[in-house]
Amino acid sequence: MSDQNQPDQLVSVPQLLARNARLHGDKAAYREKEFGIWQSWTWAETAQEVEALALGLLDLGVQTGDHIAIIGRNRPALYWSMVAVQSVGAVPVPLYQDAVVEEMTYVLENCGARFAIAGDQEQVDKIIEAQQTVHGIAHVIYYDTRGMRKYDHSEITSFADIQNAGRANAPRLSKELNARRDVLGYDDTCVMLYTSGTTGRPKGVVLSNRNVIETSKNSSEFDHLSAGEETLAYLPMAWVGDFIFSIGQAYWSAFCVNCPESAETMTSDLREIGPTYFFAPPAIFEGHLTQVMIRMEDANRFKRWMFSYFMERAKTVGPKLLDGETVGFGDKLLYGLGKYLVYGPLKNRLGMSRVRVGYTAGEAIGPELFDFYRSLGINLKQLYGQTEATVFITQQPDGEVRSDTVGVPSPGVELKIAESGEVFYRSPGTFVEYYGNPESTASTKDAEGWVATGDAGFIEETSGHLRIIDRIKDVSKMADGSLFAPKYIENKLKFYPNILEAVVFGAGQDRCMAFINIDLTAVGNWAERNNIAYSSYQELSQHPQVLDTVQSHINAVNESVAQDEMLAACQIHRFLVLHKELDADDGEMTRTRKVRRAVIAEKFDDLIDALYDGSGEIYTETEVTYEDGRKGHIKATLDIRDAIVVAKAKAAA
Amino acid sequence: MTADATPYVTEDGRQIGGVMMDLRDITLRFGGVEAIKSISFDIREGEIRAIIGPNGAGKSSMLNVISGFYKPQEGEVHFRGKKRPPMRPYQVARQGVARTFQNIALFEGMSVLDNIMTGRMGHIKSNMLAQAIWAGKAQREENENREAVERIIDFLEIQAIRKTPVGRLPYGLKKRVELARALAAEPDLLLLDEPMAGMNVEEKEDMSRFILDVNDEFGTTIALIEHDMGVVMDLSDRVVVMDYGRKIGDGTPDEVRNNQEVIDAYLGVAHD
Repeated sequence: MSDQNQPDQLVSVPQLLARNARLHGDKAAYREKEFGIWQSWTWAETAQEVEALALGLLDLGVQTGDHIAIIGRNRPALYWSMVAVQSVGAVPVPLYQDAVVEEMTYVLENCGARFAIAGDQEQVDKIIEAQQTVHGIAHVIYYDTRGMRKYDHSEITSFADIQNAGRANAPRLSKELNARRDVLGYDDTCVMLYTSGTTGRPKGVVLSNRNVIETSKNSSEFDHLSAGEETLAYLPMAWVGDFIFSIGQAYWSAFCVNCPESAETMTSDLREIGPTYFFAPPAIFEGHLTQVMIRMEDANRFKRWMFSYFMERAKTVGPKLLDGETVGFGDKLLYGLGKYLVYGPLKNRLGMSRVRVGYTAGEAIGPELFDFYRSLGINLKQLYGQTEATVFITQQPDGEVRSDTVGVPSPGVELKIAESGEVFYRSPGTFVEYYGNPESTASTKDAEGWVATGDAGFIEETSGHLRIIDRIKDVSKMADGSLFAPKYIENKLKFYPNILEAVVFGAGQDRCMAFINIDLTAVGNWAERNNIAYSSYQELSQHPQVLDTVQSHINAVNESVAQDEMLAACQIHRFLVLHKELDADDGEMTRTRKVRRAVIAEKFDDLIDALYDGSGEIYTETEVTYEDGRKGHIKATLDIRDAIVVAKAKAAA
Repeated sequence: MTADATPYVTEDGRQIGGVMMDLRDITLRFGGVEAIKSISFDIREGEIRAIIGPNGAGKSSMLNVISGFYKPQEGEVHFRGKKRPPMRPYQVARQGVARTFQNIALFEGMSVLDNIMTGRMGHIKSNMLAQAIWAGKAQREENENREAVERIIDFLEIQAIRKTPVGRLPYGLKKRVELARALAAEPDLLLLDEPMAGMNVEEKEDMSRFILDVNDEFGTTIALIEHDMGVVMDLSDRVVVMDYGRKIGDGTPDEVRNNQEVIDAYLGVAHD
């Protein structure tokens, strides 16, 4: 691409490590809870560990440009592995630890891995199984020695043995290691990460040192990250976010990365560490909130009253305080009291007492959920990104946080919205290429470096924030030419706990219609509390009071959609509650629980017709597949109801 | 009883040594009922030995004889080549024999960690006074014991419930905690009484893996009672089959599987 290294510039992660060891040598770089105690390593110790491993890799015969797969849960040793691999001029390829053998085989084959570093026996077993078809792997290194004693060690070595060999051979190999480390350039490959592959096979995204370091620098400055931050590394190492948070930004800012004891102890480890910089997908925040709510239900009346009173106050005052707006003295005083009585203890319980910067991304977050955390005084923000952008495309600056936008372009990122509504970006983080796949690279990134996100969105004129509407392939036009973005509406509906799934129809039509799936847990719970008897999902789904509730949710969504000039036409006119849960076994959803619009439209065409022809109810028979593979039919008469649609003119006013 | 006790290496590379425990003509009576009728078998160093049989066959009684809970009226127990005099259970435990129970026997109100710590009883040497003021040696000892316990917690992957009171745990996990407590004693011989009773398939798989790992990593000899034939045949090196207090089979899983008397006992034939 452009010119190579300038003097005095840090152009690789190993160089950042050397700098940190020099400047922050005594400061903790990694912690991991093991045997019930937080063990820690300083930057100086980290540099020694990485050095020993890198020498060991040289001793093993790793060549410049080799691909080395790294698989396992978040552990300091595996992070060191990434940097050690980079130090010898090879390319780390982190893999998803829960990948099944076939997926692993594909990736190992695709990247032509010559070595693999595995966290434990489970991963070693998968690699060995994959080796039946993949023949390029010369040697496997494992970290946790448990259960490994019986293995044939001719092509397998423990992490500790590799490090020992490295230390023993240091006099012979140091020169070579220094030479390889010194030639690393800004445009050399830093890491290769595989996209999860919702469409087709996973693709290996090649990110250069420039991508990673520029992005880390920009984003660290954006949020004023310092060497004093603490993070918890618990998201998959193969995910670009973890690579940027736990390696890119951590090495750039020299902050400490904490690894949980095990996946199950994450919540209590979070509380013990109290991170200052925290990232989680909406599902994690939702899980925490549910736990809090369940515990509150069990609390005594006074505590329940106190909780609801102060949370109500917090909703209006908390976000304002976070955004730096002025608040009345009385409100401030009450908020202060609430902080002492409710918010503080609650944040401590959640392990978020010290969170200074928190991010959520990946999918849309419900406004209620988002506001709950914000009102506690937790600076939770949204960002929008993808692997190809080295995470950051847009993010929300402090003080400009809203649940329905994803923020302004990150530093160094240029945005443009194409005719079709698709969002394009260009940035220093823009990926180099898809490994060994020039066609895909060319179809995603044009000659000028603009990358298609596959998402439709627009930039709000008032605030300059980007708003994502939907995947571009799902967006279409209605009969009168107005924009139809089903997922946007469906997400709004799904934020209600009673609604599990929603499918909105309206492409090429004059009005929008919806199928609703109730959430059996939430609605069942409500029915129990209100002494409503039901014998089946089907019966509960058609209960008049359930329909009333759903109707009120839809009316509320219509009202909020009507405020939106571009999407006002997507209001739902009529709806029905489905008599069966949409299920992957029946082909109505993907295995990752995404609705298959076309399949549903075809299967339930009688219901859609009924929605559009104005009937009040419809009798239907549906084929279902039971868990053992048998097929059966369920019959039902479904009520169809009209929702209140807010006039467009009013929205414009 | 196997006449030949020369050490060998199993297919999966484990060392099986000489005879560790030799039970000779054991007879156990409760009043007029003969629970065990002149049974002999041995357990070799490093092996996984299963005792199977229909309900009421005397399996648990046999385990209780080994652990010293029951004193057989006739017969001898030889441990490591020496005849074992009549002993109380705690004395047997000190010799390096630990066990789990068919009905879980944990302290429900205590945390998982504390329960497992009780397994370290035999490793605490300092006196009560020193422990009460928690000084010098007592403190050092507690740290050492805690570390040993933490290694077991790590091994059995129960970090997440370390501080949870046992009473709040589901059944499968309680079983695992009980195994942890037995392991905390660092036994040479581990007796497991129906370690997988009442578990679902996944829990059974987990438990099987832990049993194999314990045997493999620590070299612990294991004697277990189990009903699930699939599990027994997969796990054990040798199997003793009991029926109505008698031994009706003894050998490798394959030998036992093809033994007519065993088949009859399990499928049921008329008894005289």
